Amino acid sequence: MKVLVPVKRVVDYNVKVRVKSDGSGVDIANVKMSMNPFDEIAIEEAVRLKEKGIATEVIAVSCGVAQCQETLRTAMAIGADRAILVETTEELQPLAVAKLLKALFDKEQPGLVILGKQAIDDDCNQTGQMLAALAKLPQGTFASKLVIEGGFASVTREVDGGLETVKLKMPAIVTTDLRLNEPRYVTLPNIMKAKKKPLETLKPADLGVDVAPRIKTLKVGEPPKRGAGVKVPDVATLVAKLKNEAKVI
Amino acid sequence: MAVLVIAEHEHGTLKGATLNTVTAAAACGSDVHVLVAGHNASGAAQAAAKIAGVAKVLHADGASLTEQLAENVAAQVLALAKNYSHLLFPATAHGKNVAPRVAALLDVAQISDATKVISADTFERPIYAGNAIATVQSSDPIKVITVRTTGFDAAGSGGSAAVESIPAVDDSGQSSFVGREVTKSDRPELTAAKIIVSGGRAMGSSDKFNEVLTPLADKLGAALGASRAAVDAGYAPNDWQVGQTGKIVAPQLYVACGISGAIQHLAGMKDSKVIVAINKDPEAPIFSVADYGLEADLFTAVPELVKAL
Repeated sequence: MKVLVPVKRVVDYNVKVRVKSDGSGVDIANVKMSMNPFDEIAIEEAVRLKEKGIATEVIAVSCGVAQCQETLRTAMAIGADRAILVETTEELQPLAVAKLLKALFDKEQPGLVILGKQAIDDDCNQTGQMLAALAKLPQGTFASKLVIEGGFASVTREVDGGLETVKLKMPAIVTTDLRLNEPRYVTLPNIMKAKKKPLETLKPADLGVDVAPRIKTLKVGEPPKRGAGVKVPDVATLVAKLKNEAKVI
Repeated sequence: MAVLVIAEHEHGTLKGATLNTVTAAAACGSDVHVLVAGHNASGAAQAAAKIAGVAKVLHADGASLTEQLAENVAAQVLALAKNYSHLLFPATAHGKNVAPRVAALLDVAQISDATKVISADTFERPIYAGNAIATVQSSDPIKVITVRTTGFDAAGSGGSAAVESIPAVDDSGQSSFVGREVTKSDRPELTAAKIIVSGGRAMGSSDKFNEVLTPLADKLGAALGASRAAVDAGYAPNDWQVGQTGKIVAPQLYVACGISGAIQHLAGMKDSKVIVAINKDPEAPIFSVADYGLEADLFTAVPELVKAL
């Protein structure tokens, strides 16, 4: 069974982005970029399936600018066997990415696609579900546990109020939540090995997909700032403030 | 054209997030309908009919909808979609699971986590963990939107909409429900609570977390929350996580105990009305958003607070 894992290049988790003064977006020039953390979990899960002998090949995919190659090399250093870059400088929205992935799904015929549940830049949380819809496949989103057995994927999902387990007929689409696994550290020998693994580059047109954005961003602004509060010296003052000033207790 | 809200419900009871979504829907168009798709959920359909501003409730009742599987619920929404200009889901785990599936099948984009309706095609939504707010405009004929409930007030009661039964879709046969582990609790639900007591990595262990924070939550009638660090360390269950990728909350009072205040955590709680931070590190970023900061060891301050209340 092949496993397809889409990965996104995003502004690093630890970077606090700044809004551009002209309101056109956030400033990502010279900012550290990394693999979306949820996608790292997705790659790790796929590689573990291969190590258990369940998966035969792990294919990492990224859609975006040429620098996404670095993200794909990281995926291969974690253990993906090969990579595909769908290269474009156009802004890609989740629906467009889902369509590109659907085309690659048809081409590669994987038994499973594992994606991160959301990217930490646009916070959309859409691509996996959209791919599942377009490929007419079942979905197991926000997974904290994945078991593959007898042509079915059992997915334990993080839902409001607890956990839920669903059984999906494969091929299936799974999106990862934080507790699915803890991705391994990438070692230097594996980084070196990843450089020699195959990386194929395609254009959206090669896949016959129109990636034109449907949503226009009119403006990007700062969130409303909270006024600075006060430090209180002790518990008694805190209680008095909450009772008399804030009136919340 | 009318606007459709996809209700969230459980065991025949309408969930509160539906009310905030109705408010967002009313800002998109005047004719608001609510879909209750479930099995034996007529209680929820009756409750939806009483929401102020709802013109009609569509009730699909069928075994395929019992467990709210995404494949079936999306198909149910899709069967109605062409009659509507907007489809609104609460941005809950369930809404986030189903909405993109519907959008893709309609070949339209989705607007996630809308916090403000500017006009029928223009919305505000947070990006980068809430560090920026994007104003976005959709050119699609049907707008599929998930609504961040903290951005909208709950709709009131006093409505008397008609409830219309519609046929339920067939089961997709692609997925089945195995089981659910629900955290049993007498406390208010995290996203609906007026007061939240939340703990971070400094709690040190699951036992300490419960021993120190439970009495405070009991005293305040509060829900319990946690930072990602505390959840990852196993001090608190997954569904207590407040933050960018966990729950987004905006209670009247948020008490952060031993939480440093990473941007991802702040993204989940900075719209709370009053924030109290108890932390012994004077440099902790949580103090920059707290209305009242108490620089103290939480293991002495929290019990003292319980006594003082």
